[in-house]
Formats: sequence, structure tokens, C-alpha cells
Amino acid sequence: MIRPLNGVTKVAVLVFLLFLLIPMTGWSKEAVPVAEDPEVEKRMLILTENLRCLVCQNETIADSRADFSNDIRREIREQIKANKTDPEIIQFLVDRYGDFVLYNPPMKATTILLWFGPAALLLFGLISLIMYLRRRRVQIEEVSLSQAELEKAEALLNEDKKGKNV
Amino acid sequence: MMRYLAPLFAFLVLAAFLLVGLTLNPRQVPSPLIDKPAPKFQLNQLQEPDKIMSSDDNLGKVWMLNVWASWCVACRDEHPLLVQLAKTGFVPIYGLNYKDERTTAMQWLKRYGDPYTISIVDSDGKVGIDYGVYGVPETYVIDKKGIIRHKQIGPVTVDSLEKTIIPLIKELQQQA
Repeated sequence: MIRPLNGVTKVAVLVFLLFLLIPMTGWSKEAVPVAEDPEVEKRMLILTENLRCLVCQNETIADSRADFSNDIRREIREQIKANKTDPEIIQFLVDRYGDFVLYNPPMKATTILLWFGPAALLLFGLISLIMYLRRRRVQIEEVSLSQAELEKAEALLNEDKKGKNV
Repeated sequence: MMRYLAPLFAFLVLAAFLLVGLTLNPRQVPSPLIDKPAPKFQLNQLQEPDKIMSSDDNLGKVWMLNVWASWCVACRDEHPLLVQLAKTGFVPIYGLNYKDERTTAMQWLKRYGDPYTISIVDSDGKVGIDYGVYGVPETYVIDKKGIIRHKQIGPVTVDSLEKTIIPLIKELQQQA
């Protein structure tokens, strides 16, 4: 059987409930900066935004948390600190992982279809459209009538008028 | 007639392309290192940490470099095959212990067998980057001149051994 609480118990329960509302702020810490050198970090991020993570193929190395990307980011940081230029760093990675690591593939014999395929398809579509429209124009062009046919048509029309007058 | 068949024909062409696409493995990225000199390394050995092995030590023979780690699950699949291959003495297999810890790596070899002539330690994965490693296990076939001739991404299988790796090694061993 539930008895109504007395005043002291009520206050105790209320105080307990209020304690539960205290957020655990004491346990959280300020986020630690990822890199000691923000300049290096900035350059590294710009570079890795255009590089593909080979383990998680649809992510950039900048976005990916995979171990592979961690290593590549570390490698790029080290190379930036060693005063390597951006093209040198990119070349370093292409030499090891191939063009696939780049989100912007270079233009060469094997990538011609990739670069010009869409444009070629568009051109093909345009040419087909123009050819189709030309043919259509010929089809619906007015048929010129000979003198005799004109007179015949006129006569028929006149006949119609006469008929109405009657 | 042609009018009605044209869309069907277009569909069949598209379907054929998609069908071929389904059989391709997007994880098999062709390595730019094939037919290039194997990247040089000087690494500590796993079993005898104070000894160093250099990639140049193997010039003059055909050898396999197998990238493995005790944390790599797929390595366990291919491992019995490597042990078997090593027993035949057909080709020396060297292990690149990739981003691993010495003690666990040694335990792993004790448990599953050690097919490696020498295992070398690449604890920070630096040499791995030089070899373009992105999915362990990976296996390289390197010829007498130190040129990479083949790269197997993922576990070695009976099929890949019999159809590709063994015939290739036989051919390379006959070269001067």
C-alpha cells in the first residue's frame, strides 16, 4: 500500500531529482588541436581533398578516418615540413598508388574516353536531332500544285460557296 | 521494323556493359609499380631485431614479398598456402610485417607457421607507402634485377598461385 510522503521525504526526493539534472560537464575537455602547425594542416587538407582514399574508395583522404588515410596524411605533413612542393607530393603518391588516387585524372590515352566521352555523346545527340529536324521539314513541306490542280481546287471551293447560297 | 528494334538493341548494349562491369573488382587498382624497380628498404628483422635486411640482399634471385600483419584477418586465409609453398623451396618468401607489434607478430607466426625466409618490420608503415600497400595482405613477385613483376592485392589463392604466380616465377627464374 502506498502511503503519501511526508514533507521531509518530499524535499529529499525533489533534491535528489534536481541532482540528476546536473550535466556531467566536469568530464568533458577542450578539443585538442589536431596539428601543432595550422599552416601545414591547412595545406595538407587542401591537398587531401582531391585525393582518393584507396581503402574506402568513395571518400577523400581528407574526410576518411581509415588507417590508410591517417598514414597518408602523416606522410603529407612530413613532406610539407620537408619543404616539398604540392606537385612533388602529388607525384610521390601517384608513383605509388597510380592515377586512381587522384580525383582529377590526368589527360592521357587511357582516360580520353573519360574526358571526352560525355561531350562526344552530347555531340552525337545534337547531330541526330538536327538530322531528324531536317528530314521532318522535308516531310511536312507544302506540296506545290500544278495549274490544272489549282483550277480544280478552286472550282470545288466555288461550288461549295454556290451550294451555300442556294 | 527497325524502329521497334532500335530501343531493344540499345538496351542490350547497355546491359552487356553493365554485366561486364559487375564482374570487375573495383578494389583491384592496377599498381603503377609493375615493371618498376622495387622500392629500396633497410629494415630490422622480426626474429632478430638487431639484424637489418636490405632489399638489395635479394638481387640475383627471384623472390616474393608478402605483406602481412597479425591483425589482418584475410592473412589467415592465405597463410597455409604460403607455408605449403615455402616447404617446396620453390621460391623464397620474405614477409613484410606491416604496422604490427613484435610480440603479437611472433606469436602469430608460432601459431600459424612461419613460411618466411626472413620477416622484416615496418612498424610505422613507411615502406608500405613506398610499395603502394593499401589492403593487407599484398604479395609482390620481384625478379633477379629487383624489378616488381607482379602484385597480388588481397589473399593469395590456389587459383592465383597456379594460374599466375607460379608460371611467372618459373619464367623469371629462367631469365639471366
